Amino acid sequence: MSARSAALRSLFIRHVVRAGAVLVVVSWLVFAATALAPGDAFGEARLERTLSPEAIAALRHAEGLDRPLLVRYAQWLRSAAHGDLGRSIAYRAPIAPLVAQRAVNSLLLVAAALIVTWTIVLPLGVWTAARDRSTDGRIVAAGATALIAVPDLLIAIVLVLVAARSGVLPTGGLRAAGGADAAGFAAIADRIRHSFLPVLALTLIAAPPLVRHVRASLLDALASPYVLAAAARGIPYRRRLWRSALRAAANPLVSLFGLSFAALFSASMMVEVVMSWPGLGPLLLDAVRTRDEQVILAGVVLATALLLVGNSCADLLLRSIDPRISA
Amino acid sequence: MTSGLGPAIGVAAAYLAVLSAPVVAPYDPTAQHREHPLAPPTGIHVVDREGRVHLRPFVLANGADGAARAYPVRFFTRASGDVEAPSSVRLFAVDPPAAIFLFGTDTLGRDQFSRLLYGGRISLGAGLLAAACALTIGVLCGCVAGFFGGWVDTAIMGASDIFMALPWLYLLLAIRAALPLTVDPGRALLAIVLVIGIAGWARPARLVRGVASSVRSRDFVAAATAAGASPARVLRSHVAPEAFSVALTQASILIPQYTLAEITLSFFGIGIGEPTPSWGTMIGAMLRQELSVAHWWLAAPAAALVGVSLLYHATADALHRRALTMGVTR
Repeated sequence: MSARSAALRSLFIRHVVRAGAVLVVVSWLVFAATALAPGDAFGEARLERTLSPEAIAALRHAEGLDRPLLVRYAQWLRSAAHGDLGRSIAYRAPIAPLVAQRAVNSLLLVAAALIVTWTIVLPLGVWTAARDRSTDGRIVAAGATALIAVPDLLIAIVLVLVAARSGVLPTGGLRAAGGADAAGFAAIADRIRHSFLPVLALTLIAAPPLVRHVRASLLDALASPYVLAAAARGIPYRRRLWRSALRAAANPLVSLFGLSFAALFSASMMVEVVMSWPGLGPLLLDAVRTRDEQVILAGVVLATALLLVGNSCADLLLRSIDPRISA
Repeated sequence: MTSGLGPAIGVAAAYLAVLSAPVVAPYDPTAQHREHPLAPPTGIHVVDREGRVHLRPFVLANGADGAARAYPVRFFTRASGDVEAPSSVRLFAVDPPAAIFLFGTDTLGRDQFSRLLYGGRISLGAGLLAAACALTIGVLCGCVAGFFGGWVDTAIMGASDIFMALPWLYLLLAIRAALPLTVDPGRALLAIVLVIGIAGWARPARLVRGVASSVRSRDFVAAATAAGASPARVLRSHVAPEAFSVALTQASILIPQYTLAEITLSFFGIGIGEPTPSWGTMIGAMLRQELSVAHWWLAAPAAALVGVSLLYHATADALHRRALTMGVTR
């Protein structure tokens, strides 16, 4: 037991070190790429034509854009380690609180979608596997396959159009206008109403491939020799399905859980933009449009960090529940 | 369906249609017919008001005197009023003042059918080129990593780990940020192809690496090496053929994915800009059009996208199954 927990702890440390290295490399790449790209926030199109070149140079100097690349990166790295992610040129505000608020919104959406998706996927996957020989199970499995082929962007757009036509659900935003004043139950109901559409879109995007995977790994487990042996010993089908097969299939399912987090996180960016959910996605898109380099950098690094944390959690969970994998 | 030939032919037909856009499209994709904004699809008739059947289909339009007249559809003809390309032959056209809009027009009176074909060139072409780009980088890196092993393997796979750890759309935006915002369509297309290709090399590299490192341990490779074959020769004649089958299946998965990536970027307004048509900008216009159910023909690019995507998925499924059965029989 103690040897195992020590192994898990060393694995945890390895994960942290690796994540740190990935973050440094990613931040350097994005930093260098955006800095070396032609044009910056003070490009001629963004500002008054009447400004003299000297004035623009002064602005650049004030924002520190005229210093050497490595010096700027070292400074960014040092202040980022202290939680200061610099200032947004477009918002004229410190980035850390701005990005933090957006990241919370994104995470809320992804977490809700993750819960809803798996609440649907697990029973549906088991059901389609159990009903593999019958028509209804096959129809649902074929439906999932067909949904995989529908482009994510179109799923989001169609939902927005349907909501706009029916007028039942809000098509965008986090809360109703003036919703901040509402309190208690009304505020929660408003939040749920506003997050219904994006969560539904993310579920429709993420669930179909997962249903297929769950079904496939369950069918594999059901066909394995020890389940056949259990059947030969007269253990009833239900027990074989839920006790033997599902437990054996749990391992790939936990890996899938980590992968589904990554997929949802990426898809959520597009859904956020289409449904104007104030998460990291629209912030980053606007930053690309306005060449707000520091915001791009902070957004990408934060998104990567969140994804790394999610993946590490899935990996640690997998290794702590499955004794067959050495930690 | 089981052979995968049908879907593959469908995919090929889609590419053929967009490639022959200058002939098949009746109008220039940027030509604005300001007198026909948001026109519904033009009705093509074969039976006239007196009940006579015409061999040549015709469309109805109001002539100069205001009375409705029939204008025959002419095939393999030169559209009069073709300013941009006076010498080009069109598959079908009608004489002005009549107009033939198979899928209607957009808010600026531009022919949706022509824009769909020309936009398909951009969107489908970008997906194809980006997949070629990602596969080239991926297969090269994967072969080298899997075949040589050691620190080269560690370095390449470490890099691919980083790329795979990034959220795909965020990565796409980050690389896009490194490119100038407004460029001409040709360079924008090139930039997008490179962006997607660079963002997507890691997955094929990882798969090819697995194949290459398993080939390396086979006896016939050891025999070839013992017989004095250079590493380059072993890579070319033993590793590459094995990697090809993986790359083919990957291509059928990556091309629709990257087509969608271009469409998403253009939809976000950071891909190919107006007036050059792309399915992404067309879908964006569809969403902006408040009454999009009334103007249902604006959904043509979305329908085309779903069609191509379904065909690609069927092809990928067939290729995957073929790879599985081949693996079993070998």
